[in-house]
Amino acid sequence: MSIKREIPEVNAGSMADIAFLLLIFFLVTTTIENDKGLNRTLPTDTEASTIRERNLFRVNLNSQNELLVEGEVIPISDLQEKAIAFLDNGGVLEGEEHCDYCLGEHNDKSSDNPKKAIISLSSARESNYGFYITVQNELVSAYTILRNRESLKLYGISYKKLLEDYADVSLSNSDKLKTKSRIELIRALYPLKLSEAEITN
Amino acid sequence: MFKTNRKSKSKLPPISTASLPDIVFILLFFFMTVTVMKNTNLLVENTLPNATEIEKLDKNDRVIEIIVGKPNKEYASLVGVSPKIQLNGKFASIDEVGSYVLAQRAKMPEQLRKVAVVSLKIDKDVNVGIISDIKQELRKVNALKINYTTFEGDAFINLK
Repeated sequence: MSIKREIPEVNAGSMADIAFLLLIFFLVTTTIENDKGLNRTLPTDTEASTIRERNLFRVNLNSQNELLVEGEVIPISDLQEKAIAFLDNGGVLEGEEHCDYCLGEHNDKSSDNPKKAIISLSSARESNYGFYITVQNELVSAYTILRNRESLKLYGISYKKLLEDYADVSLSNSDKLKTKSRIELIRALYPLKLSEAEITN
Repeated sequence: MFKTNRKSKSKLPPISTASLPDIVFILLFFFMTVTVMKNTNLLVENTLPNATEIEKLDKNDRVIEIIVGKPNKEYASLVGVSPKIQLNGKFASIDEVGSYVLAQRAKMPEQLRKVAVVSLKIDKDVNVGIISDIKQELRKVNALKINYTTFEGDAFINLK
């Protein structure tokens, strides 16, 4: 004489409310972390060497947020082009320091070789940080354009793609080493020499 | 016959909400995975600038954070309106930057100290002077790897 009992169904109607509460709790207490930016290495105090004036590309921000390149005021939109022209100049026409991959004007008043070319960025204390970052961004993008060009010429893929490949976890070890050596080679062709000098004025 | 037919047509079946918890749980898990717990309250305004040539910062355990910006409205009467440095949830003066970085680095495991990166989270309306002072302090304590933390976006937006 067993009585067949039906197990009552658990009411799941409030499940959504519970989940909503949890969701709102996480929305309030957490943030989406911003972990991207421009990486720079500061110079050590001891670094001092003689640099030829023509290998130096002077970029200066004054307190009125104007951009001076080699003493001339230029609009920020021209900065990238000027930086590329300077880096890619290849002023030495023969000998060991000759740059055979440079496509610049080979002007003897501009940089000898991309490996020697240094961009010096200085600023007044009153210039704006947002503007400063824009200038840095333009200068780095000049390097990236040149590196992309060389990478496409040598390997058929852009430098940015090489970096993406290197960060890709699914890549096998041997491919990773190959990509790494390629990145290092491209970086050696156009080394990023961006010096953030101390405050002027 | 005609009447019953019309009646059944006008009555809509209720929408099943059985899948609603599942949808909310998916949202919940999404937020749990992409966000991190807030560790510090911002005492200063901190709108980061935009840049395109960005690289990803290393893992969180080797990053030392320095925040700079104008103090929030509620602190303006206490510390003034000029840009201030925030270290570890407190306002700090420029002399404290070096010792803070050294202390944070000493807390890290041995193998990470060499690769420690200082993340500069600086409001885009701050003047460059204070940043230059910070960089000088960092050079003194040999913390040379820095990262100007930015949002990803067109850099020319910063000029507006």
